[in-house]
Order: sequence, then C-alpha cells, then structure tokens
Amino acid sequence: MGDRAGGFFSVAFAVAGRQVYKYFANPAFLAPAFFPLFFFVAFAGGLTRVGDVPGFDYTGGYVAFQYVWALLQAVAMGGAFTGFSIAGDFENGFARRLLLAASNRQGIILGYTIASLVRATMTGVLVTVIALFAGIPMSGGFDLFGLIGLAILVNVAATLFGAGVAMLLRTQQAGPVIRTPIFLVLFLAPVFVPLNLLRGWLETIARLNPFTTILDAARGFLVGTPTSVLPAYAIGVALVAVFALWAAYALRRAEKTGA
Amino acid sequence: MAAPGSARAGIQVEDLVREFKKGPRAVDGIDLYVEPGEIYGFLGPNGAGKSTTVLMLTTLLPPTSGAARVAGYDVVKEGSKVRAAIGAALQEAALDPFLTGREHLSLQAALHGLGRKERKKRGAELLERVGLVEAADRRVRGYSGGMKRRLDLALALVHEPRILFLDEPTTGLDPQSRSALWSEVSRLARDEGVTVFLTTQYLEEADVLADRVGIIDRGKIVAEGTPEKLKAEIGRPSVEATPAEGSGRDAVARVLSRFGEEIAAQSGAVSVRLDHGAGDLADVVRTLDSEGVRVTNLRLDEPSLDDVFLEKTGRSLEGEAEHEGEAEGSPEEARA
Amino acid sequence: MSSPLLVQVASLARRSTLRTMRQPAVIVSAILFPMMFFAINAYGLDAATSIPGFPADSYLDFAFAFPLVQAALFGAITAGADLARDIESGFFDRLSLTPMRPSALLLGMLAGVVALGLLQGVIFLAAGLLFGVDVKSGPLGMVVLVLLTVLVALGFGGIGAMLALRTGSVEAVESAFPLFFVSIFMSSINLPRDLIEADWFRYVATANPISYLVEGIRSLVITGWDAQALSVGFGCAFGIIALSIAGASAFLRTRVAR
Repeated sequence: MGDRAGGFFSVAFAVAGRQVYKYFANPAFLAPAFFPLFFFVAFAGGLTRVGDVPGFDYTGGYVAFQYVWALLQAVAMGGAFTGFSIAGDFENGFARRLLLAASNRQGIILGYTIASLVRATMTGVLVTVIALFAGIPMSGGFDLFGLIGLAILVNVAATLFGAGVAMLLRTQQAGPVIRTPIFLVLFLAPVFVPLNLLRGWLETIARLNPFTTILDAARGFLVGTPTSVLPAYAIGVALVAVFALWAAYALRRAEKTGA
Repeated sequence: MAAPGSARAGIQVEDLVREFKKGPRAVDGIDLYVEPGEIYGFLGPNGAGKSTTVLMLTTLLPPTSGAARVAGYDVVKEGSKVRAAIGAALQEAALDPFLTGREHLSLQAALHGLGRKERKKRGAELLERVGLVEAADRRVRGYSGGMKRRLDLALALVHEPRILFLDEPTTGLDPQSRSALWSEVSRLARDEGVTVFLTTQYLEEADVLADRVGIIDRGKIVAEGTPEKLKAEIGRPSVEATPAEGSGRDAVARVLSRFGEEIAAQSGAVSVRLDHGAGDLADVVRTLDSEGVRVTNLRLDEPSLDDVFLEKTGRSLEGEAEHEGEAEGSPEEARA
Repeated sequence: MSSPLLVQVASLARRSTLRTMRQPAVIVSAILFPMMFFAINAYGLDAATSIPGFPADSYLDFAFAFPLVQAALFGAITAGADLARDIESGFFDRLSLTPMRPSALLLGMLAGVVALGLLQGVIFLAAGLLFGVDVKSGPLGMVVLVLLTVLVALGFGGIGAMLALRTGSVEAVESAFPLFFVSIFMSSINLPRDLIEADWFRYVATANPISYLVEGIRSLVITGWDAQALSVGFGCAFGIIALSIAGASAFLRTRVAR
C-alpha cells in the first residue's frame, strides 16, 4: 500500500506543478478575480449608504461587509476556472496522456486541487490588497485564520465540483455548467445586506443556502466576533467531502469511456 | 472571339501588384488574359498569391498598382459594373449555419434585385441544378463540405453572371464531390459560355478542367499556356524503376543514369528523365536484363504539371501544398 | 439593377432575426440573465428603501430599469458579434459582391437589434407587472418605456456595430462585454446619484451616460411623467444612436473602400 500512496502524491505534485507553471506563463491566471473585484468596487463604492439602514448591524462597515463576499467569490471562481482548464485538458487530449501516465489516477484530482489553491491564494491576495487600500478594518486578529480556513474550504469544494463536471462532460461546453450554479449559490445569499434585512423569496432561499452560514461566519471572523463557527466549518467540510466523492465518480466515468 | 480591350472581353490584367504592410509583395506584377468562355486555371502552392489576385479581380481588395479589367470594366473605377457581371465562390464557403439552403438563395436573389416570384423560381432552379433539392430546407449547419461548396456555387450563379471566379473550389473535398463539381463547372463553360477563373493547388484539377493554365509562384506568373503545351515544353518523360531483392539500388541507378539525369523518386526507387524520350524505354529494359539487374516494377511517367512547376521554380508543388498531397499527378503506367 | 434599399434592409433584417430565433440558447439567456439579476437585486436591496430620501416605496419598482438596460446591452453584443462573425467568415464579402448598398447591411443588423429589443422590452414589462411592478405613468407610460428601451438597444447596437466593423473580430466584440457590463454598474442603477456616498463613485455615475438612460426609464415607473428626466433620457439615447451610427458608417465605408 505504501507504493500506492507514493504514486498518489507524486502524481498530485506533478499535475500541480504543471498547472502552477501554466499560471505563471500566462497573466490571465488572475482572470477569476475580475468579476469579484468589479462587484466589490461597484457594490462597496456605490452602495455605502445601504450600511446606514436601520438593522444593518455589521460592525466592520459596508466596505468590509462586501470584501468578505468578494473574497469568497474570488476563491470560488478560482475553483471554477480550474474546472474550465480540466475540461480544456480533456478536449485537447492532454488528459488522456495524463490518465495513461499516472500510476494513481486519484492523484490527478488532488494535483488540480493543489494548483487551484495556489491560484486562489493569489487571487484572494489581490482582492485583499485592494480592499486594504479601500480602508477595511482587519480587527479580527487571530480570528482571521478562521476566515482563511473557510476560504480554503470554499475553494476546494468549488474546485472539486468543477473538476467533476469537467470530467463528466470533457468539453469546453462544461464552462457554463460549472459557472452558473456557483454564481447562483454566491448570489442567492445575503450579498447586499445581512440576512435579517432580506425579504420575500430571496430571504427564504438564502436561509436554505448553506453558503449563507459560511458567509456569515467569515464576516464574523473578519471583525473578531465569530458567529456560527461550528456549523460553518461543518458545512464546509461536508461540501468538500461530497464533492470529492463527486469528482472521484466523474473520474471513474471518464476512465470507463476512455477519456 | 473578342479582342483584348473590347467590352465583351473576359479578363485582362496588366502589371497587377498588391503589397501588404508587413511582408513581401503578395502579387508582384502579373499580366494575364482570359478569353470569354474559357476556363482559366490559376495554379500555385499555398500563399503564392492566388487568392489575393482573385480578391482584386472581384473588387474586394484594391490593387496597389497596375490595372485589371473584368468583363470590360475597370475593377477600381467601375466596381459595381464588374460586380454585376461576375459571380464568385470564395475560399471557405462562407455560409450562415442557421439558415437553410433555400433561404441563402432567397437572400442572395433579393440583394440582386430579383422580385419575389423570380427569387423562388431561380432558387428552385439552382437547387435542382446543384443537386440540393432534398437538403434545401435544412439548415446549412448540417451540410457536408461538398454540399456547402455546391450551395456556394449556386449562390454565385443567382444573377446569371458572365464570369465566374472559383477560389480553390474543391479544397478539402472527397474525390466524389470533387468530380461532381468539376462536371458542373465544365458544363457551365461549355453550354452557357460562362468564363471561369479558377484557382487551385491541385495539378489534376487544372489539368482536367482548364483550357489554359497560369502557374503562379511567390506573386509572379512563372509559366502560362494550355496544359499540353506546358507539358510539351518539358518534353521528355521519365522512367522509374524499383530494384528487386538481391539487386541493389546502386546497380539500378548505375544502369538508369546512362539514359538521363536522375530526378527525385519514391523511396527505394530510382527515376531518371530520359534524354531521348520514351523510345529509350526498350533500351533500358534490354540493358537491365543483359547486366542481370532485376527490378520488380518499371514505370514510364509522362511529364506532369508538377514537372512544369519543378522546372520553373526549382521546387515541387506537392511538397509545397501542405495538405492532401495525394490528389496530384496522374502518371501513366507502363509495365515492362 | 440595384434593388430598392427597403427590400435589401428587409431581407437582411429577416435573416438576422431568423438566425437569432433559431438559437434558443441566445434568446433564453437574453431574457433569463437580466431577469435573474433583477430578481436578486430587487429583493436583496429592498432594505435600501429605508435610507432617508430614497425616492421609491419599493425597490422592485426602482430596480426595474436594470433588466431593460442590461438586456439591451446583451442584444447589442450578440448582434455585434454576429456582424463580426460575418466579416471573419467571408459572408460579408459575399454580400459585398451583390449590388447591395453597404448601408443596408448596417440598417438590417440594427433592425434585428430593434426587433430583439422590442421582444425583450415587452416580455420584461409583462414579467415586471406580474412580479408587482407599479408603473406610475400608466399604460401610455408603458408604451413610452418600451420605446425608450428600444432606443437604448439601438444605441448600444450601434456601438456593437462600430466595434465589429472596426475590428472584424468576434473575440474583440465579445471581450468588450465585461467592460459594458461594468459601466452599467458604475451608474445610478443601484442607488440614486444623491444617495451615493463615495465622491469618486458619484462623479463616475454623473459622467456615465447610462445613468441618464436609467433615470429616464425609471422616472416612468417611480415618478410618473417627469419631463426633465424623460427629455434627458431620450436626448442621451438619441445622442448615442447618432454618434454610434455615424461611427459605424465611417468604419463601414473604410471596410468596403473600393
């Protein structure tokens, strides 16, 4: 069994190495940050007065409120983009070579996930730097690690979800199928105002959306008043587990059909 | 038959030049004359300047210098008259995948000013002629390459042009679709007196279809004439021998080289251009026999347009054409 | 021999409408995406109505201009990309060889944009009324609202045509989409300009012509008949139409220079 595990990790690092190398060869690797940054600028800049509404009780202010959403969006989109590039690898035949060469094919998924984390770190830092210029308070101290942990879980879950779709469809057509659900999950949440200020159908859906809990906890970590930490982490870990199974299933399907 | 310069004339080109900002002259001072009712084959490798010439003659690209008259009209000053007289099927049949064949014809006919009834009639007529009646109401997205080219041809014929430009009409087609298109083009010239200006990178196509051939290389016309005349200029056929097991290639080469200059051959075989023509063949066989050199295959090749191209440019057209090199050349075989 | 301009325009408009109608995915996303954003914004930002000085009782009414403007943008990019694709594929060359007047090509394309804009305007209005949008200016106001939407679509369509004729590249036209999308948000689309707190954002929104298109459409919903907002809105729309079509015609002339 030692050999198997060795194959698993060596494959993972080889795949991750290639992906990360590809990022540095092409500045477009920051593309997943485009929409999050843009929404951040548009919402945090244009809607500041919404923070004055009675019942808006987030202590970090409106810009910080938007920053957390933008950060989680950036890391989630980083995962989606990894899905796009897996789909591209299958379309151009590179994935077939990978499947042939890899001694442990599950390692391929881990490899893509590691690369996705590297990319998400860079896009996340970009969003954070811009938010710091915009003057968000980082009053969370040690709690900020809680925020980072949640961002990692969101990225990994999104990556595994995207990898699964990409390996099932194996064409560039996978793009919208990966992106649309992620966008929906991100938007059907307390984006502009806290949950208690949402109304109508959106409130109902946002309450059911597991991402809402993660978003709330992440916002709490930023200002040092952690809320619903345990449920948020439980949901994050559960999402990662479910999508890991999903990706593994998709990989088996890809193997069966001969990539 | 009309003289150059008359209004009935086909195509006249004088010292036509086209330069692009970057790179060499795509068309570097060509002269040519196509008679009405003639099929003129413009032969050359990829990037030789064929398409650039067609774009200028069809008024889609202004020349850098020089003059060209098509159907008696100047392509620069009388563009709209030229366009009314010509039809063109340009490279990469440009069709809308979401429209049907019939809708394409109807649009083209409307833009040419045909009335509603005429449009219908003309469309049905052309669909029939190019064999697309059954596919007429299907979207072009589902058409094969051959069907697209045939629809392209039908579109070029909507307004009954006197002169037809076909830019690589059979590139990428299977042999069956190719010969179907050839017979339609010959019919147009023969029965309706349409002048055809056709570019191709296939020797066979120029050989089969064209009354006269112009060979273009790097923007210049390097040879022109009927296929027969061009081949006759090269004159001498060549012989190719494949050594049998036991007889080395060198032995075969030693014998053949006495009859002419060695030229490129298929791998393992030896080929020479016969100094004294096909009459040498008997001597070649006798000599091989008397020296005990055994061959499995001996073949006499008549000169082809490729030989003409090789002679004029020092390069082989088959090597230049990047894809589908299998279509060229139709050697006549003589087994000894 | 040259056919009347009208027949040419009608034939080309028919073609561009046909090809749009035959791509259900395009239609569905042209309708669905703006509606989705509208639904999320309308309910997500409802709390904004309690900002002192907010001009409407319901954010649903306030946000109704959003799907209309976004849909117009979507239609324009689609039409621009179609035109660029015609140039790339050589379809444009084929048309240029007919006695067609070049302006017929532009008008045909824009007629297609207007047709799609009209369809979108009517569908959104119906959906909005169903959701409970209250158009203060009444039935006549709804007609004017759809009219202004169509003019916005036409103006954006002109910009799409300009891009397509200048670059001749589908990719270039499509990559302009995020830029346009951004400029919709950098306007008074989400809050009235006097309630935008950040100075720089307010300046950008004030300089952005989209603010005035939005405010014109919005006035019909939340105010009733507001002569000033309407005249500025229509003026802006006509200005964009005039400039973009003049630009597109100039690029068209360069492209068919012969």
